[in-house]
Amino acid sequence: MDFKRKDLLGIEDLSKEELLYILDTTKSFREVLERPIKKVPTLRGRTVVNLFFEPSTRTRMSFELAEKRLNADVLNFSVSNSSVSKGETLLDTVKNILAMKVDCFVVRHSVPGTPHFLARSLPVSIINAGDGAHEHPTQALLDIYTMREKKGDVGNLKVTIIGDITHSRVARSNIWGLSKLKAEVRVCGPPTLIPPEIDRMRVKVYYSIEEAIEGVDIIMMLRIQKERQERGFLPSLSEYIELFSLTEERLKLAKEDVLVMHPGPVNRGIEMPARIADGKRSVILDQVTNGVAVRMAILYLLLSKKSEG
Amino acid sequence: MSILIKNGRVVNPATKADEVMDILIEGERIEKIAANINFSTAQLIDASEKVVVPGLIDMHTHLREPGREDEETIQTGTYAAARGGFTTICCMPNTNPAIDEPSLVEFVLKEAQRSGIVEVLPIAAISENREGKDLSQMGRLKGAGAVAFSDDGDWVVSSHLMRRALEYVKMLNVPIISHCEDKSLNQDGVMNEGYFSTILGLKGMPAEGEEIAVFRDLLLAKMTGSYVHIAHVSTANSVRLIKEAKKAGIRVTAEVTPHHFTLTDEEVTSFNTNTKMNPPLRSKKDVEALKQGLKNNIIDVIATDHAPHTFEEKEKEYNFAPFGAIGLETALGLAIKELVKKNVISLMETIAKLTINPARILGIDRGEIKEGKKANLTIFDLEKIWEVKEEEFLSKSTNSPFLGWHLPARIEYTIVGGRVVYPVRKKAPSVRADL
Repeated sequence: MDFKRKDLLGIEDLSKEELLYILDTTKSFREVLERPIKKVPTLRGRTVVNLFFEPSTRTRMSFELAEKRLNADVLNFSVSNSSVSKGETLLDTVKNILAMKVDCFVVRHSVPGTPHFLARSLPVSIINAGDGAHEHPTQALLDIYTMREKKGDVGNLKVTIIGDITHSRVARSNIWGLSKLKAEVRVCGPPTLIPPEIDRMRVKVYYSIEEAIEGVDIIMMLRIQKERQERGFLPSLSEYIELFSLTEERLKLAKEDVLVMHPGPVNRGIEMPARIADGKRSVILDQVTNGVAVRMAILYLLLSKKSEG
Repeated sequence: MSILIKNGRVVNPATKADEVMDILIEGERIEKIAANINFSTAQLIDASEKVVVPGLIDMHTHLREPGREDEETIQTGTYAAARGGFTTICCMPNTNPAIDEPSLVEFVLKEAQRSGIVEVLPIAAISENREGKDLSQMGRLKGAGAVAFSDDGDWVVSSHLMRRALEYVKMLNVPIISHCEDKSLNQDGVMNEGYFSTILGLKGMPAEGEEIAVFRDLLLAKMTGSYVHIAHVSTANSVRLIKEAKKAGIRVTAEVTPHHFTLTDEEVTSFNTNTKMNPPLRSKKDVEALKQGLKNNIIDVIATDHAPHTFEEKEKEYNFAPFGAIGLETALGLAIKELVKKNVISLMETIAKLTINPARILGIDRGEIKEGKKANLTIFDLEKIWEVKEEEFLSKSTNSPFLGWHLPARIEYTIVGGRVVYPVRKKAPSVRADL
């Protein structure tokens, strides 16, 4: 298969074939990570800019490692959104960096569609590293890669995503990817954190965590932001913990070989107790490892062809 | 100076006449309308195969002057109007400063007369500085030339103040135009709330954010026995509420914009900031209801909500771009394409909603073709397809979601007071030479 895209902006517009091709490509990079020397020359001479307008530690580090292990030159640019209001527009900022002759931007921004806006305006590759509550494609890819690695065919799986669905780009990207691969997807959270008409994304909505967990293969817990309480979405964080955190009791309702996932960073004691996060059902650290491999695969697919041509 | 318009298909909603006629203009008035006029000394306009209608009236325009002359000026706004076939435009008072005192109404009128090429009728603020606290001096504002009152851009949140405003204008016979939006429900939403806001992760503005406000204003119109005009209706339930109100005898009229009856919130999936407007583009079901509302005369007027913003303001991340799209130059084309060509309403009805209906609401002597009346006329080619191009806009701004669209009904001539103002001889200067 020929992967001809300039950008990776979301999972929604990927075909099932493209999705599987990325996952298969990831496998070979995953093997690289097990070697004593975890570096390949694939992107030698190429420059990738990590453009982070939102605080991020692990996603940025994961991309940076992926880039370095492919031998790309890496430039990190982290700013808060407020500096945009100082006069230089986002597009101008990016065009200035582009003028220094770089090949790819990895973009994280709090406003949905910002990577799409840049992709439309610039001739180089854009990778969406999370745009507001819209998409976080590499996260969904690493999640689905981890599910396939542990469980085989994703089409047979029941996956439940629990927490703040409304503000979650991880949920959206996973829903698109999992439903393309024909998994059964459930979402669960308080009604104030379930966005309208989400059932049209072919998911089942649950307000009871017990029902949502019943018989599933995968439990994906989402990070809850403490400020949701201030904005009127939640009466209190402690009530949320009581109603929606993953307990040992609740975990028993799932299949015996259930996997517990979390995009990180985990609020230990809120989404789940440390005992579950570190427990035998948890694959949270596998997700982190696979994240590097997925990002290597994406960078390779978007950039290596062009360097040959 | 006289002009003879020959062989045009004259569509005049005031009399429901639709026939090929000649029109003779003497000075600024219509001298004669007849089947065959010969008048050798007049400037001749051959209107065969063309449609001649009363000059279009836009009762909802943002001209941005004073305050944001980088987006639009009174002058450039009138050029855009002329290109769109509008001979009369009513400008909203959400300028800086807001049009809330007589001297500012006079400024708009004077500047329009000095530099504009179509008629500009100012709408003044309901409340001082549009703050929703104290009533503006409505009597004096009317005296200075205000044709309506509106705090457009903001709803009058205080039910008490809105009640008093509706009561007060009963003695002035000037309409109150309400921008219906409950911002406490909409919060910092940037698009219609629904499936598309869900998948895009953009914050939603629910239909109820408009409908709650519409319902309150209808109740206050009923309570006061006064009259209210609902600006830019965008949802199915708003149409239903207005329908019920009209049935119950409440004095209400309503307008819809071309973008609201043409586009749905699915457009936002492009993240093109020219799809960001307030009220937002709504669902398919809403668009259908708006069309039905036009058909059943629940919606009386097509108005543009022409909202110019600079390229720089719009070339931003979606959340950071301002609300609004320009509309003067595409309104007729969209109305013909979406309503007439798709058999929603007739050409006669469409023109009525762009001429005589707004004229009646505003109580102005405009909107019809009649001997002795001011010669405001628009001539267009119903079948001529033209492309919406950025570089051809006469507006100072180009923030249109219809760039690249092909529209019917190209404007051939716009005539204001017996003077051909479109085609224009030259574009409005972007910097005023005489300042």
